[in-house]
Amino acid sequence: MLTIKDLDVWFGHPPERVDAVRGASFVVARGESFGLVGESGSGKSTILRAVTGLIDTWSGRIEVAGQPVTGRHRSRAFHKTVQMVFQDPYASLHPRHSVDRVLSETLHLQGMDRIDQRIATLLDSVGLGRGFRFRYPHQLSGGQRQRVAIARALAAEPQLLLLDEPTSALDVSVQAEILNLLADLRRDRGLTYVMVSHDLAVVAHMCDRLAVMRGGEIVEEMTAAALRQGAARSDYARDLLAASRGYAAG
Amino acid sequence: MTPLLSVRDLRVSFPTRSGSFQAVRGVSFDLGRERLGVVGESGSGKSMTGRAILGLVRPPGKVTAERLELDGESILNLPERRMRKLRGARISMVMQDPKFSLNPVMTIGRQIMESYRLHSGQGGQAARDKALDMLRAVQIRDPERVFDAYPHEISGGMGQRAMIAMMLAPDPEILIADEPTSALDVSVRNEVLRIMDKLVRDRGMGLIFISHDLNLVGQFCDRVLIMYAGRVVEELPAHDLHAARHPYTQGLLNSLPRLDQPVERLSTLQRQDSWRDADIATPLPGGL
Repeated sequence: MLTIKDLDVWFGHPPERVDAVRGASFVVARGESFGLVGESGSGKSTILRAVTGLIDTWSGRIEVAGQPVTGRHRSRAFHKTVQMVFQDPYASLHPRHSVDRVLSETLHLQGMDRIDQRIATLLDSVGLGRGFRFRYPHQLSGGQRQRVAIARALAAEPQLLLLDEPTSALDVSVQAEILNLLADLRRDRGLTYVMVSHDLAVVAHMCDRLAVMRGGEIVEEMTAAALRQGAARSDYARDLLAASRGYAAG
Repeated sequence: MTPLLSVRDLRVSFPTRSGSFQAVRGVSFDLGRERLGVVGESGSGKSMTGRAILGLVRPPGKVTAERLELDGESILNLPERRMRKLRGARISMVMQDPKFSLNPVMTIGRQIMESYRLHSGQGGQAARDKALDMLRAVQIRDPERVFDAYPHEISGGMGQRAMIAMMLAPDPEILIADEPTSALDVSVRNEVLRIMDKLVRDRGMGLIFISHDLNLVGQFCDRVLIMYAGRVVEELPAHDLHAARHPYTQGLLNSLPRLDQPVERLSTLQRQDSWRDADIATPLPGGL
């Protein structure tokens, strides 16, 4: 579904050039859920942004459903296949657009028919009642906003969802609801996920395989089962695992 | 032994168009020379409790309490001039994000010196030495460089350590840390916690650690208060956190995905109205 090969992403020009991602390669199969973990600045979100065309300074190979993409331009077919959900539900919805407008605009752009009916179905599928349809973002809680953002991503009926820290701005009880929703949607629709997170437990819960990143490079690829057993091969992944187990006095 | 801080029936309310909104509704606890965790989700009133103690609730917000005492002396709604003497010198606060709490156009060193000078009255060289000492105390390897650096020139973890250095320079009796590590990476987080722990222990300070992270608080603190909708719903020794009895605390613990216990579905919290007002399991939380 997604193939990344020798991906380099950089910002700025020499001598101030920053290499955000260096030589990253991984393959995500159809229907799989793949995690990217690492600390801030490790380049995990940058990879997603390069895939969706939000960054054009990259080299290497990105293939989505067998189709290579170039630069910043993405075809209509691409947006029908790939959608992204961002971290901050407060920032990713237009404050003056109602839920109805957000969804109908997206559906129009995707060239969908029966828009009215589709909005109702979308709201149902993310667990928001029809009563939410004419609300504005400020009338929604963080979890509800993230549900709207997920509904918007689903509007195009994509096959691949890129999830950039979808729950890190939410309370833990709300996080559990959103993670359950994402798991249900994946099962029901056969979606493929690439999920970026700094929370190893969340990734272990949601993903089958994951890559650990540090300083723009992938240091290790492992299965979620190996992560749970603490069977990391690289020193860095081991340290990260130990640190995320929590605070130990000493 | 008198507690460092004694709080009884603390209430914070804000007038709104539809009546008064109670952000904190009758919180009571005592703080000794210990690490007290205050946990809750957003909107539970945990931060507001911290701000109320420091007199940082802005009008039209109103703070009332049956008792709010520091070393047996009432600090409830003191005039701003007297509060300012207390704030920093005797009770200090570390906030979540060093990016927003450090002055961006002032070097780290000058900011620490300023806070020390204000409270100790000592100037010049003494303040400079103290600032460098404090930077060393928070284990900054190159204190001279950080002293002359601006906040944007240092990392988040470094910034938070500088904040701790600044807050501890006047040797306060109580430190209120409001989500001090939530903006930091895990590896840095543990380091910052260790530094804070050591300083608080060595100086015999009382620490109020406000956080949304139940597990972290369980590992880091001695005692935990769990807040829901402006009230303390449960109080526990930190090592008994897994034996929590209140359904809200249990729900919070269960909704976290865990590395060591894979589950098919995460359990979600079914909020109950009774949690808002039902009697509290521990009638007077915070007995020393």
